[in-house]
Amino acid sequence: MSAAGRISYREACRQAIRQALLDDPRAFLMGEDVARYGGCYAVSKGLLAEFGPARIVDTPLAENGFVGAGIGAALGGLRPIVEVMTCNFSLLALDQIMNNAATIPHMSGGQFAVPLVIRMATGAGRQLAAQHSHSLEGWYAHIPGLKVLAPATVEDARFMLPAAMADPNPVLLFEHIELYAAEDEIRAGLERVDIEQARVRRAGRDLTLATYGGSLPRCLAAAEALAAEGIEAEVVDLRVLRPLDHRTVAASVARTRRCVIVDEGWRSGSLSAELAARLAEDCFYELDAPVRRVCGREVPMPYPAHLEQAALPGADRILAAARGLFARS
Amino acid sequence: MTAKLHLDRAHLQGLYRGMLRIRRFEARCVELYQAQAIRGFLHLYDGEEGVAVGVMAALQPQDAVVATYREHGQALARGVPMDRLLAEMLGKVEGSCRGRGGSMHIFDGARRFYGGNAIVGGGLPLAAGLALADARLRPGAVTACFFGEGAVTEGAFHETMNLASIWRLPLLLVCENNLYAMGMPVAEAEAQPSIHRKAEAYRVAAASVDGMDPVEVESAARHAVECVRSGHGPFLLECRTYRFRAHSMFDAQSYRSREEIAQWRERDPLERLRRWMQDNHQITADQFQAIADEVEQELAAALAFAEAGTLEPVEELERFVLMDHVPQEQPQGNAP
Ligand SMILES: Cc1ncc(C[n+]2csc(CCOP(=O)(O)OP(=O)(O)O)c2C)c(N)n1
Repeated sequence: MSAAGRISYREACRQAIRQALLDDPRAFLMGEDVARYGGCYAVSKGLLAEFGPARIVDTPLAENGFVGAGIGAALGGLRPIVEVMTCNFSLLALDQIMNNAATIPHMSGGQFAVPLVIRMATGAGRQLAAQHSHSLEGWYAHIPGLKVLAPATVEDARFMLPAAMADPNPVLLFEHIELYAAEDEIRAGLERVDIEQARVRRAGRDLTLATYGGSLPRCLAAAEALAAEGIEAEVVDLRVLRPLDHRTVAASVARTRRCVIVDEGWRSGSLSAELAARLAEDCFYELDAPVRRVCGREVPMPYPAHLEQAALPGADRILAAARGLFARS
Repeated sequence: MTAKLHLDRAHLQGLYRGMLRIRRFEARCVELYQAQAIRGFLHLYDGEEGVAVGVMAALQPQDAVVATYREHGQALARGVPMDRLLAEMLGKVEGSCRGRGGSMHIFDGARRFYGGNAIVGGGLPLAAGLALADARLRPGAVTACFFGEGAVTEGAFHETMNLASIWRLPLLLVCENNLYAMGMPVAEAEAQPSIHRKAEAYRVAAASVDGMDPVEVESAARHAVECVRSGHGPFLLECRTYRFRAHSMFDAQSYRSREEIAQWRERDPLERLRRWMQDNHQITADQFQAIADEVEQELAAALAFAEAGTLEPVEELERFVLMDHVPQEQPQGNAP
């Protein structure tokens, strides 16, 4: 099944869904415009023709209804993959996600699991303004009972879904809209990836850049620029936002003694705040400088390109934060 | 009383016993609440017993049930053991959910009882999904979803009606129209207070019955379940009923008069059935007494079981937040 070679992130998502449907006859994809239209980010294009309307199910506009139906279907023995067009619209389904999917296993004393995957697009960069551009994965990462994943690489886009399908819990997958067109090589023979651990994407000894999702390419680019200045940055991809693997970050920080957290979400009460707090708890005596954060600016995402870019944690802001950590030494 | 049912004595006595179990169970819960053994919200079902008992009588073990926070009646009528239910309300490990759910969140995997939902309308989309799974994995199974008329003003009701209709889901929607959502009268909350008439807009079959009459409820529910089971898609059954008591234990009932409550009490489903059975020589005074004794014994045993129960060790607090497998009693699903 794993054809090695260079593919796009979008294609990787499609192959992952296709494999899930081939592997398990109980699996089906459901969401707005996933079938005839082919998905609003063209992820599910062609799947209707291959699997038919019982496996690739178009739903009307009813986020709370069809996400809830996905939860019920999982309780009833199916293995739904529910697509929500963007995480902004998932707020209409928040009741079902939080009050049912996340709570029923615990409230029922372990009598029920909710083996469900919800995929949604996240992030900004396309000038879609404030109701289509927000990064809400940090909010979901707040909720016990959910697993929250952020595939940032083509490989993760290809292999996180099978791992999520095998998981007995409700798993939320956040696909950054800016990543769909990215292309990369898939290692031959790779069958699956874990959904437990953060991953070091670039080794370095001077500084840790901790990030995830759409900010990973920005951090890798920043690391290259820093290398030209003689600063070797280690880039850690969080990948799994809940349960958060802060130990991998802490281990990195123990080596580099400095950390900048880069998160497209808002700063106040955010995932970056959580990670910074954990580093303060775990690594205080190993740090040579305060932990810094580069986050989305605290505004509803504006429409004009220059303002949108200014609101995002761009390379310039990452570089400035990183350099700032060396200013006193 | 509607005909069509096979109304033998044993069946009628069973309906009566079912209602009495609920009535007595909840009366005991009030005492336990006053003694502070039961805490939190407690929503009682007095007056509405005929709905749960009538609808459950029309269901089979393979069917699924989704309920609200006012679900002791549904749970008992569905066969959730009284002792496990009471232990749950006392927060004991021996409870149906290890004491984690309490009064408002009763679940029972073995009986396909999927809550116990304290979000008004929250069970409806879930029920649609269960029906979808059944349509594929367990043809012939029906999901019955209970909700109050208050839930009908939530979007979840309308989204579910529409989904269930376009997908022709095997879903029985049971609206317990008891005229008030907490203090909000149905006539003020609903542009169309006749709930079953909303079904037309979704091309869903519907009926309205006297919820104070378990025989009529059962008869209508059997018809509705038959329609649903034979593949005609969802059915909305509106049961016109009334709760005699407060919404929960904190409610001065300033929104309705004593006279109104008294008038409805005259239609008490237990008393009505009792009178009818007596008048028609379906039961003797001794048999009534025997049923009452039996229920009291069950209740006493349940209470002893619940009180002897243990509290879950705090070390177990984080168990079942994330599951490491899908439990056995949950349908694993065979390939469709
Ligand atoms: C979404 C939501 N909003 C508000 C409440 C608070 N609340 C609890 S019960 C209730 C009234 C519901 O009335 P109805 O659906 O008719 O059911 P009944 O209590 O009459 O059985 C309200 C407003 C809630 N639990 N959930």
